[in-house]
Amino acid sequence: MTSSEPIIRVENLSASYGDDVVFNDVSFEVQRGEVFAILGGSGSGKSTMLKHMIGLYPPRAGRILIDGLDLTAASGKSRLGILRKFGVMYQSGALFGSLDLLANVSLALEEFTDLPRHAIARIAASKLELVGLAGFEHHVPSEISGGMAKRAAIARAMALDPSILFLDEPSAGLDPITSAELDETVLRLSRTLGVTFVVVTHELPSIYSIADRVIMLDKRTKGISAIGSPRELRDRSDDEWVRRFFRREAGAEAVGEESSP
Amino acid sequence: MTGAKSVMSAQGKSPGSKPPGEGVADGLLTRRRDPQGREVVAFSGRLDAEAAGRLWEPAMEAVRDLTKTAGARVHVDAHAVSVCDSGGAMLLTAMDEQSRRGGADMELIGLADEYQRLVASLRVVEAVDGPPVHQPEPLVAALGRGTLQAAHDTRVLVAFVGETFLALLSAIRRPNTVRWRDVVLYAERAGIGAVPIVTLIGLLLGLILSFQSAISMRKFGAEIFVADLIGISMIKELGPLMASVMLTARSGSAFAAEIGTMKINEEIDALTTMGLAPVRFLVVPRVIAAVIVVPTLTMLMILSALVGGGIIMLTMGYPVTTYVNRLSQATSPAALGEGLTKALVFGFIVAAVGCQRGLATRSGAGAVGQSTTDSVVSGIILIAIIDGFFALCVYLMKS
Repeated sequence: MTSSEPIIRVENLSASYGDDVVFNDVSFEVQRGEVFAILGGSGSGKSTMLKHMIGLYPPRAGRILIDGLDLTAASGKSRLGILRKFGVMYQSGALFGSLDLLANVSLALEEFTDLPRHAIARIAASKLELVGLAGFEHHVPSEISGGMAKRAAIARAMALDPSILFLDEPSAGLDPITSAELDETVLRLSRTLGVTFVVVTHELPSIYSIADRVIMLDKRTKGISAIGSPRELRDRSDDEWVRRFFRREAGAEAVGEESSP
Repeated sequence: MTGAKSVMSAQGKSPGSKPPGEGVADGLLTRRRDPQGREVVAFSGRLDAEAAGRLWEPAMEAVRDLTKTAGARVHVDAHAVSVCDSGGAMLLTAMDEQSRRGGADMELIGLADEYQRLVASLRVVEAVDGPPVHQPEPLVAALGRGTLQAAHDTRVLVAFVGETFLALLSAIRRPNTVRWRDVVLYAERAGIGAVPIVTLIGLLLGLILSFQSAISMRKFGAEIFVADLIGISMIKELGPLMASVMLTARSGSAFAAEIGTMKINEEIDALTTMGLAPVRFLVVPRVIAAVIVVPTLTMLMILSALVGGGIIMLTMGYPVTTYVNRLSQATSPAALGEGLTKALVFGFIVAAVGCQRGLATRSGAGAVGQSTTDSVVSGIILIAIIDGFFALCVYLMKS
C-alpha cells in the first residue's frame, strides 16, 4: 500500500429511505492527510452520506473502501479492524453523560488494550490537552459548554489514534469565535498528526479556512454537483448555483430549494 | 515529570509516511547486546496501544534489570518500530520515568520524528489523578445527611401533593380547562392495559391465600371460614393495596419516565415559558386518569381473588352458593366503600409521586432511570404509610 492511494474510496454508492432516493451512484475519493468537506443544502443527504461512510447504514448499492478494505462487506473481526481506523465526532458530541471527560476518552483504551490504568489516564489526558481541555478531566458533560463538548468528542474519537476523523456538523450551534477555535483545532491536528478529516458542514467560513477539497451534494440531481477546492468552485464552477452558494449570494439557497418536495 | 535530566534524544528516522495499515508485524520486544557490548532493549514492528499493553510488564522488567546492573544508562532501540501510537509513546515515556526512578538515564534511539511528537505530547501531561476518591462518610454524618435529605424530600413532596390537589380542585370547578383527551389516553394506558396483570395477580392471590389457609383450617373443620378470610382481607386491605402497587409499577414509573425525559429535553422549560403550568398541563390529566382507573382495578383485583377462593372451595366440595352466602355475611358494602376510598387516595398519591419524581429529574441519561426507581420506591412506601394511617383512623372511629 502506498501513500498515494486514497484513504477512502466511495464507489457507486446509492442510498434511499424506502422509496425515497437520497443519492444515486455517487463515487469519490478522499486523499490521505487532506481535510475533505461534504457540503450541501439541507436535505441533500450529507448526514446520510456520513452515516454510510462510517458503516452505520448499509448501502443500497455500491461500496466503501477504507484504506483499501471494503467496509460494506466486512464483518466480525475484520470489520472491527476497519472501524478502528477512524473516529467519529457526532453532531451533539454524544459524550457519555454519566462519565467524566477523562473516562469518556479512556473508554476505548480500557476496552481494547491491556495498558495499565495510569497509562490510559495519561494518554486520555494528553488527548484532552491536545484539544485544549486540560484541567477539565473530571468534569461531566453536563458541566461544560457546547463547544467544549465537541472538542471533548474529538478527543474521544482520537483515543485510539485513528488515521481518519469524521466530524458531523462541527460548527452547528456554536458562536463564530468558538467555531473558529474548533477549526483551528482541526487544522492543527491535521498538520501535526497527519490525520485525514472528513467534515460534514454547511458553514462557508469554516469550509474556506479548513477544507482542502469539497464535494457538493445536490438534491436536484441526487448526486455530486461539484468537486474541488472551495476557491476553485467559487471562481470557476460550471454550475451557476454552486458559484452562488460559495459567494453566498442571495438566491443560492432558493435555487437549491426549488426542487424540494 | 521534570524531563530536564532525561536524555530521550533520538537520531531521527526520516519522517516516514507509511500508513498504519495491514501487513505490519505485531510489536515485539527483544533484549540484545549492541556492538559496544551494551545491553539494549529493542522494539520492532507495530508499537500500538495493543502491543504496548502486552509489552508493558516485560519492558518495565527490562528497565528494572538494566537499572540494577548496567548502572548509568538504559538503551532503547526503536529503529525497527514501523508504527507507533499514543499507547506506544506512553510505554516509552513510562520506561523513561522508570529509568529515572532507578537512578539511570534512558537513551532512546531510532524513533521516527512524527512519533517523537506523540512522546512529547505525553510529557506535557503530568500523571493524572484518578477521579476524586469517594471517601466513605462517618456514620453520624451519613445519618444526619440522610435525615435532612428525607426531610427535604418529604417537604417537597407534601408541597407538590398540595399543589396538585389545588389544581385538581380548580379543574373540578372549571372542567373545560382539563385536557380530557389526555385523560382518556392515560386512563386507557393505566387502566385497560393493566387488566390482564391485575386479573392474573388477583386470581393467584385468591388461590394461594385460600389454599394455604384451608389446609390449616381443615384441622378444625373450619374450611368455610376461608370465605371470611378472603373476603375481608381482599376487600378491605389487599385489594386496594395490590391494585395500587400494580399501578405504581406500571404507570407511576411510566409517568416519571415520560415527564423526566421531557424535563431533560427542555420540554418542561418550553411549557413554562409558554405560560402553561406543568402541573395543570402534565400532572392533572395523569392524576385524574389514575384516580378514575384505580377503583376499577381494585374491584377487578378483589373479584379475581374471590373467584380464586371460590375455585379452591369448589375443589374442597363446598357448593358455590354456600361460598357466596358466607362471603355476603362476612363482608358489607361499607367494607367495600372503605377499600375503594383507600384505593382512590392511593391512586392519587401514586400518580402525583410519579409526576413529581419526573419533574424533579436532573440531567443525564441515568437521571431518568433514577427518577423512575424513586417513583416506584416512594410510591410503595407512601402506600404503606397511608394504609397504616387509614387503619388507625378506622380503629379510632369504631371505638
